[in-house]
Amino acid sequence: MTPLSFTESTDKPAADKATAVTSAAGEPPKPRFAAIRMILAIAGKDLRTEIRTKETINAALAFAVVILLLFSYAFDPTSDQVREIAGGLLWLVFLFAGALVLNRSFSRELTNDCLDALIASPASGAQLWAGKALANYVLLLAIEAVCLPVFGIFYNLTWLGQLPLLVLVIALATWAMTIIGTTFSAMTVNLRLRELMLPTLLYPMLIPPVMGAVKLTTTIMAGDPIGDDTIWFRLLIGYDIIFTLLSAALVEILLVG
Amino acid sequence: MTALQVQDVWKYFGDFPALRGVSFDVEEGSCLALLGRNGAGKTTLLKILAGLSRPGKGAVKVMGEDTRAEVTRRRIGVLGHGIGIYDELSAEENLRLFARIYSIPDSERVVSQWLERTGLQNVREGLVREFSRGMRQRLAVARAFMHQPTLMLLDEPFTALDDRGIAVLQDFLNDARRAGRTIIMSTHQLREALELATDVALINRGKLAYRGARTQEMLDDPTLLYRIYG
Repeated sequence: MTPLSFTESTDKPAADKATAVTSAAGEPPKPRFAAIRMILAIAGKDLRTEIRTKETINAALAFAVVILLLFSYAFDPTSDQVREIAGGLLWLVFLFAGALVLNRSFSRELTNDCLDALIASPASGAQLWAGKALANYVLLLAIEAVCLPVFGIFYNLTWLGQLPLLVLVIALATWAMTIIGTTFSAMTVNLRLRELMLPTLLYPMLIPPVMGAVKLTTTIMAGDPIGDDTIWFRLLIGYDIIFTLLSAALVEILLVG
Repeated sequence: MTALQVQDVWKYFGDFPALRGVSFDVEEGSCLALLGRNGAGKTTLLKILAGLSRPGKGAVKVMGEDTRAEVTRRRIGVLGHGIGIYDELSAEENLRLFARIYSIPDSERVVSQWLERTGLQNVREGLVREFSRGMRQRLAVARAFMHQPTLMLLDEPFTALDDRGIAVLQDFLNDARRAGRTIIMSTHQLREALELATDVALINRGKLAYRGARTQEMLDDPTLLYRIYG
């Protein structure tokens, strides 16, 4: 073991020196693309941890597939009624399975006080939130990618012809789930009853995007033209933009006070 | 130059005042031993200094900047009660993660150096959950100070370290002091802390009971301050 050593103290930390862009106003320099690299580092860490432990993805997938299987026995898969409730059923499964993933997003940082290490780091609350949201988004999309074919088989639905539209709806509504879930995960991280609190806060907030997603998914799966339902697309896009900006702005207060 | 200014800091948990009007300055390059009994408010104060918590009233400035300013967070290294490393990542992956977050240039070389310096180079690919407590603490030291912070905050740094680990950490902190770093550490290991410290602050029930230079009398009798002030 060689001695631990320090370089001579300077006003600016060593990390800033080599990759820095000098500021004309005399402000401390910032490394290029540091924010994006921080976000990707945090997202990569979350995904790597999840791939190793599989603690949430296994539970969420098992839950989703079991629910789809049970409902397929409860209804007659060939009936028109199934086609009418397809969107609602699919998004209920996504929502409940998603909550299992989102619940662990910030609480997994409590082990060894890793959340403190991240908050004390140069990553801002917004960057920390964005990294976690990105990882959650990938995990939720992965779960949905597995559930969708299972859903098609169990309920005898063919949606391949409308796949691009369906993917767009899923991408928009899943991002809505992700941003609200990640934000509330940060808000409830220090609560003892966070497993209970997160769904209690999450589901009411997700009523507008889930309504839109259900309506659009049902229309798409029925093979009907979107027509007047484009308003739901606008709602999803608007919701995503507003709550992404709002969450990124507020998360620092949620984490530090 | 003043590295840290703590101005009339109050912190409440509900109705309970954990800190009551704490004010003091710390000069650049000094080493402050933050002493006090359990529940005195040392960890609460360190969390505020580290930007992990906001004071209810008062202000803290690091080199004249707010503790939550990005430039301040790059200047601070925090080794808290928790080690702040991920059990499911390897030692190398943990350091690489924080090297990327701190935008450390030539991070691969820096990570390798710190693994060697902390004696963890042979287990660099081992998952942290398989490490002993001492190894985890050494990795935490590397994680906290790899980015060469100018202000180092340590909360009970000697806890969980064996004799060898304590010696390594003391050498490391002495080296940091020689390099002009500012160190603030809370601890119950009075002798180790006072040997390193240039200054002493004692907190009693949320109030600053004593603040001054470390003296030979304190080294001769480490419990002296507790007997007089609390």
